[in-house]
Amino acid sequence: MDFKLKVWRQADAQTKGRMVNLDAKDISPDSSFLEMLDVVNEGLIRSGGDPIAFDHDCREGICGMCGAVVNGYAHGHQKGTTLCQLHMRSFRNGSAISIEPWRSRAFPVICDLVVDRRAFDAIIAAGGFITVRAGSAPDGNALPVPKDKADGAMDAAACIGCGACVAACPNASAMLFVAAKVAHLAALPQGRPEQARRALAMVRAMEESGFGACTNHGECEAACPKEISVNHIALLNREFIAASAAAVPPRDEIGE
Amino acid sequence: MAASGVIVFGFIVVHILGNLQLFAGPEALNRYAAFLQGLGPLKWAVRALLAASAAVHIVTAVQLTVQNWQARPRRYATIRYRATDYAARTMWIGGPIIGLFVIWHLLHLTTGHCHPAGQFAADSNGIINVYNSVVIGFMDPAAAAVYILAMLLVGLHLYHGLWSMMQSIGLNHPGWNHWRRWFAVLFAAFVALAGISLPVAVLTGFVTPA
Repeated sequence: MDFKLKVWRQADAQTKGRMVNLDAKDISPDSSFLEMLDVVNEGLIRSGGDPIAFDHDCREGICGMCGAVVNGYAHGHQKGTTLCQLHMRSFRNGSAISIEPWRSRAFPVICDLVVDRRAFDAIIAAGGFITVRAGSAPDGNALPVPKDKADGAMDAAACIGCGACVAACPNASAMLFVAAKVAHLAALPQGRPEQARRALAMVRAMEESGFGACTNHGECEAACPKEISVNHIALLNREFIAASAAAVPPRDEIGE
Repeated sequence: MAASGVIVFGFIVVHILGNLQLFAGPEALNRYAAFLQGLGPLKWAVRALLAASAAVHIVTAVQLTVQNWQARPRRYATIRYRATDYAARTMWIGGPIIGLFVIWHLLHLTTGHCHPAGQFAADSNGIINVYNSVVIGFMDPAAAAVYILAMLLVGLHLYHGLWSMMQSIGLNHPGWNHWRRWFAVLFAAFVALAGISLPVAVLTGFVTPA
């Protein structure tokens, strides 16, 4: 298969970037989107050019490293998958494909399609953890968790932190990411001790990172490769309001 | 955003229900108007609460919009949406338009400054015939058109606003989550249709001056 790519090229964080036209030729219909980029990059290297930089790791949809806005969709047009799980057979032969990095003030472009997602790390460091007794592994089922709670926590914990929610949001908001992390831990007894402070600290870290605010468009849920529901955002807001009303001390009290 | 919006929404529902008494004839609407005017300090308390809510709604809306515009300094060359709708994407501009409508609406039917000359005058007892001022006010097709358009916009704004409000204050439960969209549609449609019914009733001659 052949494609006409329009790819965002940017040498480094300081340089201005632009969309560049590139041809992708003799691509196997069974190759993934990232494998297609690998083929294009081999051609670029052979001809003495710079390969397109992009993040990737597991290439099976579980690590959260890959991602780009393809033809206007975060992770491409296929629902519930990451970019590495998108196959070239789902594109029309000869068609034009636009490829852009996640765009958000909080995710500055490092090079080409690679963005700096350390803002997510800052949010996790602010409250996305639990207090545990370090040392030997605890006994299985030592803490009884009802099945529906465990399932609910797992639905939220499916978040791989790829940033597609931010990329797809018209406001570049990270609410779905924060909501998934808060909902995951709030559903379990292990998350209880920091429950109130967690919501406050993580929301504050999110705001300080320069993300937009949620206006409930629902684009995050539609773009999420793990199809995490926006219902978690309502839960996050409930946790946040309860914590604000209880006037618990914010971030400085936990972890730091 | 949500808290101030809920207060204004509550007022709109009561306001529309009260004004539907136009269909009950001049006595009913004028009695209702006199009752509201007779509330004295309570009337001013409600007006102050509404003005404060509107102010909070506007200030937070501006803050929210500016923050969200700044959050993506470089836009996408190509972006496609698959979940958001027209109502959600026009909140930022629909709000100011509704604000302008509210100002004109107050000048039209509350103070009478923009009302056709002579129709808003009080009688010898100093009482304004609210029924007549509303009906004659709507007999101007341009004014009626503005009301109809504004009520459509209010419906659109309420549809997204109500749904958004439930998310923002954490009103959700697996048992009734699927009703939340319907709740928003139902109330938005009720307010819009009830509001549109008044000028339409006058324009079609169903309701005539007393």
